[in-house]
Amino acid sequence: MKTVSSLLDKAWHERYRKISALNIRSSIYDVTNRCNLLCRGCFFFSSNEHKAATEEMDVEKWRQFVHREKERGVNLAILIGGEPTLCLDRVEAFYAQLPTYCATNGQIKIPRERFPDMMVGISLWGDEEDEKILRGKDTFAVSGKNYEGDPYTYYLYTITPKQVGRIESMIRKITDVGLKVHLQLLTNDEHVDGFFWTEEKLRDVRAEMDDMLDKYPNTVISCKYYHEIITTGKMMNRTFGWAECPSVTEPMDNRSPRPKRLIRFIRWASDLHTMHRCCTSATRDCSTCKDGAAYMSWVMVNKRDHLRSAKDLQNWIEVYEMFAKLYRFIPW
Amino acid sequence: MAVSTDKKGMIIRIAEIIIFELKLEKITPETFDPDLDLVDELGVDSMDLATIALVLQDEYGIKIDEDDYPKLRNINMIAEYIRQKQTE
Repeated sequence: MKTVSSLLDKAWHERYRKISALNIRSSIYDVTNRCNLLCRGCFFFSSNEHKAATEEMDVEKWRQFVHREKERGVNLAILIGGEPTLCLDRVEAFYAQLPTYCATNGQIKIPRERFPDMMVGISLWGDEEDEKILRGKDTFAVSGKNYEGDPYTYYLYTITPKQVGRIESMIRKITDVGLKVHLQLLTNDEHVDGFFWTEEKLRDVRAEMDDMLDKYPNTVISCKYYHEIITTGKMMNRTFGWAECPSVTEPMDNRSPRPKRLIRFIRWASDLHTMHRCCTSATRDCSTCKDGAAYMSWVMVNKRDHLRSAKDLQNWIEVYEMFAKLYRFIPW
Repeated sequence: MAVSTDKKGMIIRIAEIIIFELKLEKITPETFDPDLDLVDELGVDSMDLATIALVLQDEYGIKIDEDDYPKLRNINMIAEYIRQKQTE
């Protein structure tokens, strides 16, 4: 029988022990239905999730809700929207009680005097040209200035098929403003022309992501195994999709057989009562979903399957470490 | 100190359950080290523990709270936990 210590040397075993002690229980919260951008391809608006619930306006009810979430065992609040920074009092309700990650488009600067060490992830959909097509403006021009050198901020760079072959210019820009970057791939929910992935494009982007990691190891927070599974959609000869996804809201998960999944995970709408099916749009075709967090979680919840060989287990450790860094459970 | 036959039997049965539920290969209930850390060494997670706990609850007529999972790190600890629950 293969055991962890039979597969890992001392250094890897130490890394394993550090992360195996973490017991991350995340949930996702729509902080608001409003946004200060209107992006083509944003699942929240394209699937009408912004109309799924009426926002709870009483901040005291948000505080009480977060308290209940903490009691439920959640130890990582992932705030999305809409644009969470439009409602900083609600963000504060989370931050005061739980480790909190705030996804933002970076157009509004989060005041660090109120949120000194809150992890912030800034969405970025490509270079200036793509950003203007998909989001109506060059968001980096603003977000880069707002967050320059911030030690608790990184870019979540959603690579589009049009970016293949020219990712490096953005990585360099991010390096120049003293921030980190995590890479994921666009899911073309709105079927925008020219933004569909092909096998060839996925092969090329994987090679380019690997290359960026090698060239900018202090900037790019990633690992090659993650690149492999997100571009191929395969892990251990299994294919990502509805039957495998770990990020399904637990009370709505009627799959049988039930796959390995995130324990107690719920994605809440902004009325604090309505639940969404999963971490992204329920209208999305799961077989084409490229949600980076879902892929990371897919690896993380399937730990024992990676006890097949030393290399497999090391791959698992690297993905877990990447996730733990992105959500501040371990330092960069 | 000699281990009682009852306890030995329980340890073997718990090992059987774990091997079956986790689909472990190249191990028998008799060769399963009862002190082997299930989390650190076998990579068992809370979903695995929940699966094992469900079977143990039925087998031994006890209730296992999720908060108690940290007490179930190896087979010896599980056996002791069950014994205590049965005497409550």
